[in-house]
Amino acid sequence: MTVAYFAVLAALTFAAYAVAVRRSSAIAVAGPVRLHSLPAYHGLLAASVVLVPMLLIYLIGSQLVTTLATSNALSQFPADVQSDVMKSGSALRDVRNLAAGQHSGDASPVLTSAAATYSAWLERGTYAIYGAGILAAFLGLAMSLASIKPSFRARTHFESVVNIVLMACAGVAILTTIGIVASVFTETMRFFFDPAIKGRPGVLEFLFGTEWNPQQAMRADQGDIKSAYGFIPLLTGTLLITFIAICVAGPLGLLSAIYLAEYATPKMRKYAKPVLEILAGIPTVVLGFFAALTVAPLVRGAGASIGLDVASESALAAGLVMGMMIIPFISSLSDDVINAVPQSLRDGAFALGATKSETIKQVVLPAALPGIVSAFMLAISRAIGETMIVVMAAGLAANLTINPLDAVTTITVQIKTILVGDQEFDSAKTLAAFALGFVLFFVTLILNFIAQRFVRKYREQYD
Amino acid sequence: MDMTVANRIEAERLAPVTTAAKPAKVTAKDVNVYYGEKHALKHVNVDIPDRGVMSFIGPSGCGKSTFLRCINRMNDTISSCKVTGLITIDNQDIYDPALDVVQLRARVGMVFQKPNPFPKSIYDNVAYGPRIHGLANNKSELDQIVTASLEKAGLWGEVKDRLQDSGTGLSGGQQQRLCIARAIAVNPEVILMDEPCSALDPIATAKIETLIDDLRSNYCIIIVTHSMQQAARVSQRTAFFHLGTLVEEGPTEQIFSMPHDQRTQDYITGRFG
Amino acid sequence: MTDIVPQPAPVIPVRRPSAEQSATRLKSRYAVERRFKALGLGSLMLTGLFLLLLLANITLNAIPAFSEHAAVMDVTLDPAVIDPDGKKDPAILAAADYASLTRAALMTAIPGVEGRAAKKQLASVMSSGAADDLRAKVLADPSLIGKTIKFPMLLSDDADLYFKGEGVKASSRPGTGTITASDSKGQITLTSADNAFAALTDTVSKFDLEKDDGGLVLKSSMPSHLVALNGGLVKLSKISPSSATGEVLTPLTSAGPAVGSAWQFVTYGAPEGNRQVNDQAATFLEKLKASGVVQKNFNWRFFTSGDSREPELAGIRGALVGTFLTLLVTLSLCVPIGVLAAIYLEEFAPKNWLTHIIEVNINNLAAVPSIVFGLLGLAVFLNYFGLPRSAPLVGGLVLALLVLPTIIIAARAAIKSVPPSIREAAIGLGASKQQAVFHHVLPLAMPGIMTGTIIGMAHALGETAPLLMIGMIAFIVDVPKGLTDAATVLPVQIFLWSDLPEAAFQQRTAAAIVVLLAFLLLMNGAAIWLRNKFERRW
Repeated sequence: MTVAYFAVLAALTFAAYAVAVRRSSAIAVAGPVRLHSLPAYHGLLAASVVLVPMLLIYLIGSQLVTTLATSNALSQFPADVQSDVMKSGSALRDVRNLAAGQHSGDASPVLTSAAATYSAWLERGTYAIYGAGILAAFLGLAMSLASIKPSFRARTHFESVVNIVLMACAGVAILTTIGIVASVFTETMRFFFDPAIKGRPGVLEFLFGTEWNPQQAMRADQGDIKSAYGFIPLLTGTLLITFIAICVAGPLGLLSAIYLAEYATPKMRKYAKPVLEILAGIPTVVLGFFAALTVAPLVRGAGASIGLDVASESALAAGLVMGMMIIPFISSLSDDVINAVPQSLRDGAFALGATKSETIKQVVLPAALPGIVSAFMLAISRAIGETMIVVMAAGLAANLTINPLDAVTTITVQIKTILVGDQEFDSAKTLAAFALGFVLFFVTLILNFIAQRFVRKYREQYD
Repeated sequence: MDMTVANRIEAERLAPVTTAAKPAKVTAKDVNVYYGEKHALKHVNVDIPDRGVMSFIGPSGCGKSTFLRCINRMNDTISSCKVTGLITIDNQDIYDPALDVVQLRARVGMVFQKPNPFPKSIYDNVAYGPRIHGLANNKSELDQIVTASLEKAGLWGEVKDRLQDSGTGLSGGQQQRLCIARAIAVNPEVILMDEPCSALDPIATAKIETLIDDLRSNYCIIIVTHSMQQAARVSQRTAFFHLGTLVEEGPTEQIFSMPHDQRTQDYITGRFG
Repeated sequence: MTDIVPQPAPVIPVRRPSAEQSATRLKSRYAVERRFKALGLGSLMLTGLFLLLLLANITLNAIPAFSEHAAVMDVTLDPAVIDPDGKKDPAILAAADYASLTRAALMTAIPGVEGRAAKKQLASVMSSGAADDLRAKVLADPSLIGKTIKFPMLLSDDADLYFKGEGVKASSRPGTGTITASDSKGQITLTSADNAFAALTDTVSKFDLEKDDGGLVLKSSMPSHLVALNGGLVKLSKISPSSATGEVLTPLTSAGPAVGSAWQFVTYGAPEGNRQVNDQAATFLEKLKASGVVQKNFNWRFFTSGDSREPELAGIRGALVGTFLTLLVTLSLCVPIGVLAAIYLEEFAPKNWLTHIIEVNINNLAAVPSIVFGLLGLAVFLNYFGLPRSAPLVGGLVLALLVLPTIIIAARAAIKSVPPSIREAAIGLGASKQQAVFHHVLPLAMPGIMTGTIIGMAHALGETAPLLMIGMIAFIVDVPKGLTDAATVLPVQIFLWSDLPEAAFQQRTAAAIVVLLAFLLLMNGAAIWLRNKFERRW
């Protein structure tokens, strides 16, 4: 049905273009006055007058139809199903499955009639969309054909349509942010304040609790498994791994950048830069595999050889590989800022008889400091938000420790663990993942924001 | 503080000033500079006397800055640049492999076209050179060097209350005087100035020119300038460069009043440039 | 002249170090310089070394996965099993029990295996895929029914790894003295009147072994000791100088004595407990190898089949198709939207607070953790819009939002690099601003935009975390056929396999990574080529 609608849409759009071009060309040839706009613009305007309404009708209409069908189907169920979010959710799933002919097992009479209502509304709605869409298309076509006159400023009109499209595209980025904030924020609010959610923690309990254990009874007969949502162990775990990563990547990345920017010959740069770019382009799932398969046993073995007991999923192994991931990030950002330090400053130091390393350490680096600080902040933000390496190489146990040889868990690991697999959208456990996502989003946002301000200030200083 | 040493150095500097032929401080013999394939400076021969100002003039790209940068080997930082010939300071070949470039630059200070104070405090800007070369044993000696350098650069009165402020916060003219203070803080023998006033307004320029005039009793100053008037105002000797060759060199009055070479004549009368 | 001595200017009171002092100082300064430079070079080398180690490690792990072992055997395509009615109806042909045929062929190849356990062991040497291959062959050519054909039967992952590895490290030395077997099969006792096993008890005495009735009980954590006699092979479980008990792995031709060089001690150097293949299976595999039927082929199956629970049957085709579909959605969404947004922001947007917010917002979005985009997809696309889980459509949508900022930023940079003179020239000829942009600026900015797009798509190709959130992590055997079919993508497939315990899956994970990296290399190479070919300095 969707395919058919879009086929009609495409056909009408092309037809509108062709007809309008023809009509306006005929006027251009026959008439004594020159057309204001080229025939192609008349065609494009006609096509857009057909295309845009049809698209809008489809997008809005299908959403509307689904909502209507759902609410009508739901009204067939008893009141207790309608009022309970979880029950109505599963009822709707059954209805959809039955309507799609994928329902397994016997259907109750209520379910059968609800599914029938659902299908009926869906069908009616589909016809309505078709009718409205085609009607709008013909109306638009008629309007645009009627307006084809030499004096008609088709190009101006078409360009304002294009301008709106361009604006809408730029707006997608804003919509994405709104989508993220809305979805993550509303679920987080429900997690803390929705009375219908069982086992939800208080805000302070979440922020300062030292125990994280989101397991809970899924069914009544499984008994009451206590769940705890203390954020602190996740925070320390995340920070521990991030700290190790920065300890690895900070010096290595910065020193590499300094060497590349100040010492390396052009030839060496030519070969070294792609190496860093390749490292930057390696997917994190690959690094995670490397961490779990090679680095973790290596770290464990090294620990054992000097008599240390290292967890098989130690924070150290995950942190080391995370550091590897961040090296190219820090080095390329630092390389940029070091190169942005004006040569005149270096000349000034050289002319005083400073050696190269003295110039770098005492003049170039202090000048580049704001940029380097922001590079580190962006790197930290990336490390905090990185998922795959820690999912594969760090543990699940929420230990409250700062020992890098222990297993720790991170915010991202917990989000992934909670949300992968079967989930109910209204349990405290699932919502907890969104609360964690909210924290993650918020923290990285602040880090990025500050880092970008730093960079902008820095750029202004030397521009 | 060991005043006798300083006095002795000062006494050396204050040797009688005469207009007669002074001993040459810097000597260039058949200097050629190549940037890759490009022959940027051709067969330059010149003697530059101590305690005085010599200016290099000439149209853009004539090689005057290139030659200036040879004298403290700043061209070493450009990998494609090759220098041949002999340049000596006090009869010592500065391109002698045994001579250390870092020490050479402590003897030959440089001031650049655009003021380039380090993004540090005013104090640290001036103290930087003495620190890296170990010219002060303690804080009070360093303080004295900084104060003296700033006084000598004519900046002391303006900045003495805000020595810890950033050097980049000063005005353009002040920044350039700070750079001069920074250069003289290591007590160099030669000061190279690469169009030091081109980025400054007329008032700041006048101050720098007065300063140059003050400094010439102690240092051998070489200044590259675009402005013939400036050359006439500040220098005792002038060299005219054109297309990579040193066309003519002599006392400033003579170069500007009766040049020997037609090209010099054309340049100073404004036919080209 | 004496009365007009020039006023001395303030002195710079520097303390000139002595020549010796300054030489020392200079030496230490240059030492610092050298150390600093070495530190920088060292960091760079260490980073390179990391990369090298990573790539070498992955490649070495991946190599075995690109080959597979099969045993070529005579398979009798028994009409009674395949096609009892003789109608060659494809439905009946497809439903037949081919596993029994392949099993029978194996039994024929290694005769004399008795006992349920041993037979089961023998059957486990072969992959269940062998029967599927046979079915496909018969369905393709029903005329084969009733014939006996030479057919390469895929071996199981353990058997495959056995041939790829070092085997059991078998060694043998001749026995001395006389030993007598109590039976030719099953659990038997070997006795020796002249203490023929004394040599062996000495060898194993260094292991801390338990004693039972005066015999030493051998453990699976030590090398296996066997005795070859009378054409058969006995695995010893308990030995004393004068007797040994053990299990017959290969039946003896007869019970009874063997004298001197007629029997040997055989040692499997790799302890059984450390191997996937036990001694019984090892004897089967050694026999197959000895009869020359085992052949090593390139593992085409890895590229042509979907996921499987059996490592030797698992392939990446499903993941590749899923990746292709997902990236198709991403590409077709984020390129037009990204380029148009960039055009708007760079050329048409008024400089006001709204535009400023959009710009800051895009920069921030580019740094939002990818998993947060997964949360967005889960909450908005799956729960709010009710789109199907695990579908390439949703994956593509999420990835499109994820790489959109990258593409907008790259496209803006490319558009910005087109000099204003081009726009002015077009506008000066009477073109509208839009005509100037779409006819002149956009074509000139295209190489830069394409480079940015490829880099963005490479980023999308390697992305895993957000796709886990929207359920693309399911175990899916079928190759997806449409945008709404359940599917997985290559990085997620890598993640799924990396979690599995079988060694063969570890190798397949590495192999899938090699394929992924090859694609990434190709894309980045294309981006670099484009950049070099079309790079223009204005």
